[in-house]
Amino acid sequence: MFKQKTIEQTKSAARKSGGNGSAAFYNNPNIRALFYQILLVLGLGYFFYSVISNVLANMEATGIKTGFSFLTASAGYDVLMSLIPFEATDTYGRIFIVGFLNTLLVSGIGIFFATLLGFVFGVAYFSHNWLVRKAATVYVETFRNIPLLLQVFFWYFAVLSTLPGARQSLSLGEAIFLNVRGLYLPKMVGSDLFWVAEVALGVAIAGIFVLRRWAKKRQELTGQPFPVLYASIAMVIGLPLLALIVTGMPFTVEYPALKGFNYFGGITVIPELMALAIALSVYTGSFIAEAVRAGVQSIPHGQTEAARSLGLKEKKIMSLIIVPQAMRVIVPLLNSEYQSLVKNSTLAAAIGYPDLFNVFVGTALNQTGQAIETIFMTIVVYFVVNMVISFLMNRFNNAVALVSR
Amino acid sequence: MRKKDILAITTLAATLTAGAASVQAATLDDVKSRGTLTCGVSTGLAGFSEKDENGKWSGLDVDVCRSVAAAVLGDADAVQYKPLTAKERFTALVSGEVDMLSRNTTWTHTRDTSLGINFAGTNFYDGASFMVMKDLGVSSALELDGANACIQAGTSTELAIADFFRQHGMSYKAVTFDTSDQTRQGFESGRCDFLTSDGSQLAALRVGLSNPANAVILPEVISKEPLGPVVRQGDDQWFNIVKWSLNAMIEAEEQGVTSANVDDKLANGNPANKRLLGGEGELGANLGLESNWAYNIVKQVGNYAESFDRNVGMDSPLKLERGLNASWKNGGIMYSQAMR
Repeated sequence: MFKQKTIEQTKSAARKSGGNGSAAFYNNPNIRALFYQILLVLGLGYFFYSVISNVLANMEATGIKTGFSFLTASAGYDVLMSLIPFEATDTYGRIFIVGFLNTLLVSGIGIFFATLLGFVFGVAYFSHNWLVRKAATVYVETFRNIPLLLQVFFWYFAVLSTLPGARQSLSLGEAIFLNVRGLYLPKMVGSDLFWVAEVALGVAIAGIFVLRRWAKKRQELTGQPFPVLYASIAMVIGLPLLALIVTGMPFTVEYPALKGFNYFGGITVIPELMALAIALSVYTGSFIAEAVRAGVQSIPHGQTEAARSLGLKEKKIMSLIIVPQAMRVIVPLLNSEYQSLVKNSTLAAAIGYPDLFNVFVGTALNQTGQAIETIFMTIVVYFVVNMVISFLMNRFNNAVALVSR
Repeated sequence: MRKKDILAITTLAATLTAGAASVQAATLDDVKSRGTLTCGVSTGLAGFSEKDENGKWSGLDVDVCRSVAAAVLGDADAVQYKPLTAKERFTALVSGEVDMLSRNTTWTHTRDTSLGINFAGTNFYDGASFMVMKDLGVSSALELDGANACIQAGTSTELAIADFFRQHGMSYKAVTFDTSDQTRQGFESGRCDFLTSDGSQLAALRVGLSNPANAVILPEVISKEPLGPVVRQGDDQWFNIVKWSLNAMIEAEEQGVTSANVDDKLANGNPANKRLLGGEGELGANLGLESNWAYNIVKQVGNYAESFDRNVGMDSPLKLERGLNASWKNGGIMYSQAMR
């Protein structure tokens, strides 16, 4: 201890004498570092300035229009699918939002199902059942090794395009229809008192969190477990149902019906969305399964043995002992898989799903010719979306990380 | 370490900025020094630009590339073709990846004025139309309310069809694909009720269907689609060369000069023949080309009528009528500016 202190003191004394003493100021490492940093910033600044001014000058010279005024101009073309009302007379700005929402939709669906598939098959690797174990291997090795674009084409052209035409649709109880143009589902249209059921659903979802807290506390105090999962499901279904019965079923069901060329009414899931969502989920799911396997394998076998000796069932060992510890390895890997999925969703252009890349960098760029602006805006969107995913996953990671005491 | 970084960055900056500054150059000199013309064509469209099993390109659009190569380099085969989708074409041209486009491109006001490009004439007068399967039982586009449309993304048709349906108070759903081949596949699988594109493209796509007899092209023509070659703005000499190479083909038809009689016309023809083919006058020199520029075009590629008949007309599977594309002397609107 004593010895260390003396070394520190001599060091700082030496530094002081270096700063104030006879040596020139440019020999001071701090000043030199600062100098080079300023030089670097200036150089970078000049670099970007000259690139940008060069691009602008060249565009001016070749007569290309610049600026963001096109965003308020009427687009004049239709978009296949939109989550918000859209007509051909709407602006390019609105097309940007339509495309952005479609990208979020397909990414969200993809992330949900990829996670589901990934965890199911990742855990199935360790099953004692030979068939289940082999199924997991076959799934991972098949879908991980085929290019994603090929898989997108497979689902779109080889599977969904072979469905029957609109007039020969497959139907389930005259309520659900499936044909080459998509999946048509009935839709609930609420009337005046429908909001009560919506509130009930909200209460049920909030209730799950309260229930989880309470169950955890109870288990800590009494050691009695509580079936949180079943109770949650019962709550989410039961409460809105109760509200509907009490208010006298204030809704009508809108069934899709064939009118002229197509089915109208209800909810339409276009085949482009289905093909892309399936391809993204199955492909990314195979990578997530590997991540889960890596995570589970990183847990020493002693943990399982210890759990067994405590008398825990195999299922409980997985869900209570192994997976929570494995999450530390899995979550950082999940983060990058989710980000890849969002980026891979741009393959939508190949089958005509109207995601941001397709409607904005594809059609809008081509109709307006404003490449720099449209591509810049699109880059920013993907950047921000992935930063948000990263942020959320990092927070989640901190929550599951080993708490060091 | 830091010093090295700075050096690397400055070098990088210097190369990038210098590179960006040299986009504008004389295309003619580039083509001559390279020895080949780089020409942007479609990714494969029967009659306009398609590749046979030997990798040889042919078609009405390809012939425009060939005539420019014949005029500039004296060899119609000295062309490197660059297949481009509708979405890629203008970026490829403006960035200098291709010297010119000859790719079923509609001459529109917006494109001409805001994309940094110039249209060098019209080599095919077209109009957007509809193709449906026969068993749909539709005989007019006005019966298509509520139908699904297969369209190629980024085309002027995409805009024309939106106008048409709005004008008639009808609704439709646009399913847009990247290439014309995918559009055809979508149409054949039944994803859409009709395929919409320029009339000539419909004829070409129909030939590519597994059973062409099942599809019909509806009589309505909903837009004006004058198609022509395109060059970058800011190189007037090159603009003139492409414009007059096309005109030379049209003029040759007007004068009755064909690939078969071109030598005879050069030796014994009237003054207009001789002026066109370089026997008299300075037309070639004014363009910065050899005096036999148009001779090479007619000799190696043929006049417009020969090109039309061979690729899309009666001698081809498409069997398109000349219609608007007939020479003005025969009641069409194909007309070359005065060759003098």
